Amino acid sequence: MTSSAVLVKGVDKVFNAGSGSEVKALSGIDLDIAPGEFVSLIGPSGCGKSTLLRVIADLVAPTTGTVEVFGKPAPQARIDQDYGMAFQSAGLFDWRKVAANIELPLELMGWSKADRRARAREMLELVKLPEFGDHYPWQLSGGMQQRVAIARALSFKPQLLLMDEPFGALDEMTREHMQNELLGITAEVGTTVVFVTHSISEAAFLSDRVVVLSPRPGRVHSIVDVKLGDRTDDTREDPEFFTKATEIREALRDVEAAA
Amino acid sequence: MTALLGRPGGRVIIVVFTLLLLAATWEGYKAFGSWSDGLIPGTGTELPVAPDDLTMPPVLDIVGSFFDPVQRGGDELLAVFLLKAAWFTLKEAALGFLLGTVVGLGLAVLMLRWRLADRGLVPWINISQTIPLIALAPIVVTWGRGTFLSDSQAVSLIAAYLTFFPVAVNGLAGLKSPSAESLELMRSYAAPWRKTLFLLRFPAARPYLFPAFKLAATLSVVGAIVGEISAGVRGGLGRVILDFSGRYSTGPAKVYAAVIAAGLLGLFVFGLTNVVERRMVKGQSGASS
Repeated sequence: MTSSAVLVKGVDKVFNAGSGSEVKALSGIDLDIAPGEFVSLIGPSGCGKSTLLRVIADLVAPTTGTVEVFGKPAPQARIDQDYGMAFQSAGLFDWRKVAANIELPLELMGWSKADRRARAREMLELVKLPEFGDHYPWQLSGGMQQRVAIARALSFKPQLLLMDEPFGALDEMTREHMQNELLGITAEVGTTVVFVTHSISEAAFLSDRVVVLSPRPGRVHSIVDVKLGDRTDDTREDPEFFTKATEIREALRDVEAAA
Repeated sequence: MTALLGRPGGRVIIVVFTLLLLAATWEGYKAFGSWSDGLIPGTGTELPVAPDDLTMPPVLDIVGSFFDPVQRGGDELLAVFLLKAAWFTLKEAALGFLLGTVVGLGLAVLMLRWRLADRGLVPWINISQTIPLIALAPIVVTWGRGTFLSDSQAVSLIAAYLTFFPVAVNGLAGLKSPSAESLELMRSYAAPWRKTLFLLRFPAARPYLFPAFKLAATLSVVGAIVGEISAGVRGGLGRVILDFSGRYSTGPAKVYAAVIAAGLLGLFVFGLTNVVERRMVKGQSGASS
């Protein structure tokens, strides 16, 4: 039964346990994500979607329950660099040029300079920024910076990509453009993606499945199957897309009503 | 003024203009004082500073004194003499700066790594700066004589005592400055603590460190001069100021010249850190480009 990319079983997370400021962030989370699947986590703020992503990444340890990534315990998967990560703020290092930012994880893994250079060039091609390796991050627009962050997350070709509202700070058009590109990139590499978002249309457009979480403590409210197949900009005007978006919206309304 | 700053040489013009203004004010005050017999006009109250040539030597006397022999009938010009003294003090200050920076950065890393060190050290670091340097300097020099330290190395130690403080305090703030996401990113790479320190925390700390280095550089000169004066170390500007002050009535212009030399030395080290900063941060952040 190690065919899952991510397997979350009975995860609870309590912050500041035992103190007056105890917060129950996650409760009884079960989640099974298949290799190559694109799964979004959506829910109102405080539903623990970012915490769940961090539990999968082993940046936060669960209070109870287990997390397996490709059949390994999450801490081992982190040490083995089985996943890449991208955040809402691109989080590029200002003092490093774009190429050097993409090379950062490779440098930590002890790659030779020549190998790093070659891979950075390959990644810059992938995210359609071949001319920008020698620029500093602050010379790039927000969307371009986010593409560099994705290139950095994929630089060592992990099988799993964990993304925390990566397009949250971008304007609507750039955002849709980035969504198209992300699908292209992950399809090319065959990456499994866990994607935190608070945008219904984003979740509907990108995902194979959307996990709707309810808040305080975060629980899985429902899982919406989407699978729109091959997507283009026309998909955004497709009735099927609206049906799925409506389904997600209703689940979220149900969550809000219960809260 | 701002338009001037943008032009090459604009700064030089401003500096020269400011110096001329300062000299004119000095001489204007003296002229006014001699006209009013040293009194505030219409009252019997004396001016706050006596306008006579002993208290306030004429600007030309001060400037001229640089080109007079140090001692009557001697060969060495005062300017050369002061330059040698400044070089002596600069070496002490530089060693003090280096030592203070290393200790300051070391303390910052220690406080970052162990919260216990943070809690335990901060009060001591703060207390250290409230002890008057003048009280401490003779003790340090006396201790130094009991060990392998030369007197001027002891003075460096005193200078370091002043310089480590801003470096430690700003250094710690800078090392703590990376965002939570940057730190999570390094953790997701399973980066060891040391790698996170050198690849993320230190580079991120630069905007915090350079202001501290500038302060530390000027403080190291102050520390060296005060150290020389209170410990009676010969050869540097501190001792020169002390000697000239002792013979103030026979050469007031020389005292001013020595004080100006000390000020110029401070400016020089400040300028030096500016140059280093521009080299090290150039083109690497949006703010400084």
